[in-house]
Amino acid sequence: MRGLAELAPAYDVAVIGAGPAGLAAATLSARAGLKTVLLDENPAPGGQIYRAITTTPVRRKEVLGADYWLGARLIEEVEASGAQLAMGALAWSVSRDLEIGVSMGGGSRLLAARRIILATGALERPFPVEGWTLPGVMSAGGAQALLKSSGLVPAGRVLLAGTGPLLWLFAAQLLRAGAAIAAILETTPAANYLPAVRHLPAFLCSPYLAKGIALMAQVRGKARVIGGVKGISALGTDQLRQVSFLTQKGWQREECDHLILHQGVVPDVNLAMSIGIKHRWDAVQLCFVPELDGVGNSSVAGIAVAGDGAGIAGARIAEERGRLAALAAIGALGGGGFNDAASARSIGRSLSRHARGRSFLDALYRPARPMRVPASDAILVCRCEEVTAGQIRDAVGLGCTGPNQVKSFLRCGMGPCQGRQCGLTVTELIAQARGVTPQEVGYYRLRPPIKPISLGELATLPEGQAGAAGAVVR
Amino acid sequence: MFARLPEADARPVVAVTVDGVRVCARQGDTVAAALLAAAFRHCRTSPVGGAPRAPYCMMGACFECLVQVDGVPNRQGCLLVVREGMQIATQHGKREAGR
Amino acid sequence: MAARSGAEFDVAVIGGGLVGSCLALGLARFGQRVGLLDEGDGAVRASRANFALIWVQSKGLGLPEYAGWTIRSSDQWGAFAASLKEETGLDVSFERPGGLHLALSAAELEHRAELLRRLHNQPRTASFTTEILDRERLVRMLPHLGPEVVGASYCALDGHCNSLRLHRALFAALVRRKVRILPGHRVDSAQYAGGEFRLLTRVREVRAGKVVIAAGNASAELAPMLGLSAPMKPNRGQIIVTERVQPFLKHPIVSIRQTDEGTVMIGDSQLEGNDPDQMSMPTSAAMAGRAVLSFPILSRLNVVRMWSGIRVMTEDGFPIYDQSQQCPGAFLVCCHSGVTLAATHALTLAPMIAEGKLNENEVGAFSARRFNVRQAA
Repeated sequence: MRGLAELAPAYDVAVIGAGPAGLAAATLSARAGLKTVLLDENPAPGGQIYRAITTTPVRRKEVLGADYWLGARLIEEVEASGAQLAMGALAWSVSRDLEIGVSMGGGSRLLAARRIILATGALERPFPVEGWTLPGVMSAGGAQALLKSSGLVPAGRVLLAGTGPLLWLFAAQLLRAGAAIAAILETTPAANYLPAVRHLPAFLCSPYLAKGIALMAQVRGKARVIGGVKGISALGTDQLRQVSFLTQKGWQREECDHLILHQGVVPDVNLAMSIGIKHRWDAVQLCFVPELDGVGNSSVAGIAVAGDGAGIAGARIAEERGRLAALAAIGALGGGGFNDAASARSIGRSLSRHARGRSFLDALYRPARPMRVPASDAILVCRCEEVTAGQIRDAVGLGCTGPNQVKSFLRCGMGPCQGRQCGLTVTELIAQARGVTPQEVGYYRLRPPIKPISLGELATLPEGQAGAAGAVVR
Repeated sequence: MFARLPEADARPVVAVTVDGVRVCARQGDTVAAALLAAAFRHCRTSPVGGAPRAPYCMMGACFECLVQVDGVPNRQGCLLVVREGMQIATQHGKREAGR
Repeated sequence: MAARSGAEFDVAVIGGGLVGSCLALGLARFGQRVGLLDEGDGAVRASRANFALIWVQSKGLGLPEYAGWTIRSSDQWGAFAASLKEETGLDVSFERPGGLHLALSAAELEHRAELLRRLHNQPRTASFTTEILDRERLVRMLPHLGPEVVGASYCALDGHCNSLRLHRALFAALVRRKVRILPGHRVDSAQYAGGEFRLLTRVREVRAGKVVIAAGNASAELAPMLGLSAPMKPNRGQIIVTERVQPFLKHPIVSIRQTDEGTVMIGDSQLEGNDPDQMSMPTSAAMAGRAVLSFPILSRLNVVRMWSGIRVMTEDGFPIYDQSQQCPGAFLVCCHSGVTLAATHALTLAPMIAEGKLNENEVGAFSARRFNVRQAA
């Protein structure tokens, strides 16, 4: 699909996000005979986990690993399903009336749907350390995208830092690709081990056990792993030169060309929240998640959320949630052609199988509070507007009780990323300063466009041509 | 700096310019990837405080990779695939009115 | 003016927006012990959703005293901003380069001229100048003007500020002056008993010798509790904000202005209702279209934010300043132009409240009695 003009004015089902959840949802919906469109702002489908799966130069399967290549099947299925694939199509707004603002090729229009499935996935959790805005510091997801899309690996002295399965996966991918890692600074708090043990039995029976062991073996055999890291500073003027890290032995400093940070992923809530979908604070995963029923329906009629955007659970569960949401849409709109009950059961079994062991991962890799909420006032929390932790604490001292008043006083969250890099930090910082829960503090009030579009595009929206609807010349 | 895996290096070259300098990107590179592969340490300076910034998330969420492409400023480099002859420019501070 | 013994505050101000904060500051400067009661982070706030204009040129058609009151505030604004800078170190970026209202057709220009003629012809209207500029003169002020703009009305007394920083500066000044800011203290009911006021909030009861209701549209519910009346008719406006750009627009225009940060704000819409979560894309598109006609270079800028603001709007659009007969010591301050009138609220109105009496000559025209008069008429 080449351009905006090829999009129909209305669809039965619009799926936003072409990662595993979106791919599976669009496939099922289209196979049921519903007029389906799958929108994604990236040039090709796959989302983050299957990024560049149709175009990657890294064809040696063992480098990216078997789990990555599972995605190829999903792409084949959606391409054969009859769903319309619109790549390079940004959904910048969704209204409660299920009207979607889409930008493609520099132009925008509104399109209607009878059901919408949001599958916008996850983002990396912010990792606000000293110097994290220096060139040379990058997220693990970012470095991994470079590997997948372009076959690029960081060269020179490379340090990985943080916690979580993706850190280990990426370390393994790098090493398998032949890159060198100077050290992995592991920030998994020792305090997590005991609470994690409770979930160990399920993990031992899960598909993640074997994968985890294999990854660990590959990485620990070939890279220096320093555990119990409690502090990280990226140092340099204008670019990263060194990294300082704190362990029980005190602060140590090493030369560094690339610092790759990761402490888990969190749902990308911007589109869902901008629609007014209710969210709640998940105290286990330490993020906001949408309030959904068993098949993904949100608090806004006709809109479901599937995949990691519904709560972090990995790619296999994302697929199945996508299918559940599609089944619900099919049920609501009257499509069919296959046994819904049998499908639901099979999906249920797959969900159970892949859910086993997740709670262990959640418990083990829960990032430490000082890594989520910087203790030092000088650390930048909002990268876009350059607002520090200290300024936010001061604003709370002035009487701001939540992120929206803090935002209006300091501009944090007003930059182009719309709070994606700072929102969770700001909420947790305010919660800590006030001594209340993040649930009570809340999150930024988000509005469309959930990503910037040009004023000219907005001005030429076909629906705006019908006269100044409410715009006033006084 | 970033090194290209041999299988990636063997891909067709896509010639672009960055700040007037010819850069040999590879087919399938995003603009951000091409910049990093060509050892550009930063792609812009912040319009707020002037500090140099470089691509961070590579997935369209962080807006650090903003560059000017074919005369249009503030494009997210990680979401654009390079094309032969593309003119890329690093950015300094706020964009100018009228450009 | 003596503090009532036993009462926690001399004055409790209900509403921590721009109006309430300015009054609280003025009262604190006058030596009063002030408590500022505010809702929570999620409150609907015109203080966060305004165009930051200090606007004179179109004020007063239908109530000529409003023009004079507005001009007074505009003239006080420079000193007010300077005092905030001195007290807090924060610069609220007040500028008064003169403001414009563009016309994109001859009919629009004539309509504007006619409106201003009627305004200035009213008896008792303060004397001030608004000029109609033709395109030739306008282009010299606005180098990037689009070809469709035929002219504009201009007033040298119009200006703008950074209204979010204004709010922050007010809070900083209040804290320095030991005003108790009580967030999360939404007032559910107000009572006058035993010569003092008892305000029941979600958290606790607050007692004060005097009360000022400055709660925006919510004043309508609170006012009758204390023998006052605040007939309100809120409406919704949408605003578009762009990314930062190098300075190109010095003069604020009623529907387009460039902020001190470099971002461009675009208004101006008037829609039914008071739901801030509503957003009409066709309206935003029409606003964007008009902005692009006015300045074609805006077309390429990226929109980073759009939101709805609920205007604090009295029934006739003019401020309500009142004091209660039934409950002496209860005051009502309710208006649309919390930014424009910030200076005079702090410097003129607050001292009146501190003294316990609104000056009939200066602000009598804004009493809600005028609604009864109109009904009777």
